[in-house]
Amino acid sequence: MSDMLNQNAHLNPKVFDEDVEQVPSRNGFGEGLVLAGDENPNVVGLCADLTGSTKMQAFADKFPDRFIQIGVAEQNLVTIASGMAAVGKIPFTSSYAMFSPGRSWEQIRTTICYNDRSVKIIGSHAGISVGPDGATHQAIEDIAITRVLPNMVVIAPADSIEARKATVAMAKNGKPTYMRLSREKVPVITTESTPFEIGQALVLYTGSDPEKKDDAAIIACGTMVHRALLAAKALKEHKISVRVINCHTIKPLDKKTILQAAEECGAIVTVEEHQIYGGLGSAIAEVVSQNFPVPMKIIGVEDHFGESGEPNELLEKFGLTVDTIVKAVTQVLRMKEK
Amino acid sequence: MISDHDIKQLELKANDIRKDIIEMLVAAGSGHSAGPLGMADVFTALYFNILNIDPDKPEMDERDRLVLSNGHICPVLYATLARRGYFPVSELKTLRKFGTRLQGHPHRGTLPGLETTSGPLGSGLSQACGMAYAGRMDGKKWWVYCLTSDAEHDAGNLWEAVLFAGKYKLNNLTVIIDRNNIQIDGFTENIMPLEPLKDKYEAFGWHVIEIDGNNVQAVIDACNAAKGIENRPVVIIAHTIPGKGVDFMENRFEWHGIPPNIQDVGGAPDKLHQAQEALKELRTLGGKIRSEHE
Repeated sequence: MSDMLNQNAHLNPKVFDEDVEQVPSRNGFGEGLVLAGDENPNVVGLCADLTGSTKMQAFADKFPDRFIQIGVAEQNLVTIASGMAAVGKIPFTSSYAMFSPGRSWEQIRTTICYNDRSVKIIGSHAGISVGPDGATHQAIEDIAITRVLPNMVVIAPADSIEARKATVAMAKNGKPTYMRLSREKVPVITTESTPFEIGQALVLYTGSDPEKKDDAAIIACGTMVHRALLAAKALKEHKISVRVINCHTIKPLDKKTILQAAEECGAIVTVEEHQIYGGLGSAIAEVVSQNFPVPMKIIGVEDHFGESGEPNELLEKFGLTVDTIVKAVTQVLRMKEK
Repeated sequence: MISDHDIKQLELKANDIRKDIIEMLVAAGSGHSAGPLGMADVFTALYFNILNIDPDKPEMDERDRLVLSNGHICPVLYATLARRGYFPVSELKTLRKFGTRLQGHPHRGTLPGLETTSGPLGSGLSQACGMAYAGRMDGKKWWVYCLTSDAEHDAGNLWEAVLFAGKYKLNNLTVIIDRNNIQIDGFTENIMPLEPLKDKYEAFGWHVIEIDGNNVQAVIDACNAAKGIENRPVVIIAHTIPGKGVDFMENRFEWHGIPPNIQDVGGAPDKLHQAQEALKELRTLGGKIRSEHE
């Protein structure tokens, strides 16, 4: 079925294989930060006592003079960074998403976004796939609270390679930027050749001849992109052609690609490892409903906290599965027919 | 050494700034009175003597950075910046009005001379720490000043920054605390006791200087002394009189968050005559100028 992959996306040829390589997206951040640090001496790293698990350690090892240990103090993490950005540094801050931007939100709003300072907020361990740590550590509100802030850029990369590219790109974008990362391994979907540009969503898969219109579009971000691809493949076997879009940048949203999908497919399903309120699905709905309304289903955690468990047990419980996506597509197709 | 004549000129300048504060607050119809009046001497000493700044080049790289953490006392900052030549004094009357550059709490963006946006309390010191850390990394000669309030020390973020500055021995950072003992709901020692404040800072690895914050000479001397302290950040606990210069406002927490002429306050003239009385008192100096008093 790989011939249905968008050739311009240059995806991993093994993307549908059982033994596709799996890597946490946070690893890509760790690699990207070292690259960004090589490119620009003003890049500095600040961490709130989670240097190993947020993958900032490689940067700290290579650039010890540009790494600053903040301790367990996320409000300080982002405000120290804000002050450094005010005098020309490009600070990357890392913690778990629940703590930053979770705990540090007002400081991010006032001292980073309102001041329009180029501080990078890296929130690792986002989503319920954090697993055994439980709901206190499972950030499923972070997209909502960051994308509501003026000046903020919000990115949720689909895999480690994309996270690496996003890290290098955000070091140059001059804007407050939030990137959410996952703890768990996810299949490597993209390759070195896959295009990446902040704000540019990418069509990964089309179920039909490019000249023809697909029956529906699945728009996903982060850990859910691979599941969206699996759902599209399953639907293809039922003669339903689906377009899969990796919407790695939630803000600024790629309205052109989204509205093109609405017009050409006429039905949309969104998938994210986040609350259904305020996240990717909401962002898409805001654009679609006001410009080209089509039937939509938003898949995410439905107004619930997470809990302890293995990642796949939790993703199953909260309906973030290939089956759920397939069902949602059939539902929007029925709504479209009415 | 600064001459007695120059000190007197600074004290008169502080008095002009106090008059500006009263006038701009009355024009605005809202805002804070006590803190700005209490800090006029500190601001005058900094902007007219201590800081390496150039109003014609507000963004010059080598400038000293002053972070106002307790943004609500911005009337004194605005009046001082205007008197120092950053923008016309006439603009002060736009405070809090629609379209103004003088926002209710300071916003770095369009108004020259501001280093940061502030209002929500407790976050200025860590920004100042970030500036000081980055400046030291790059071998910069400029100095970072942070002005905070005493009640701001209720906030956890501030103490996170106190820990940070102690650990990294930020010796290019001077903090001045407006120790005026009042906050919105009452006296600081009743709301959330801060004493022994000096001991707390020393325990965190800071050098502490305590002064009369309404004495311009003392402020200048303390800031100069702070530059001579090596290997430690310095905090100047400036004991100030909230409402300083206006008898009926001095040491009254009721004046923390209101302007003159809005409501009757015990011990003050009736609400229609508060500003008039305050300005009269400030015009005649009322024995408030230290160098004439002594």
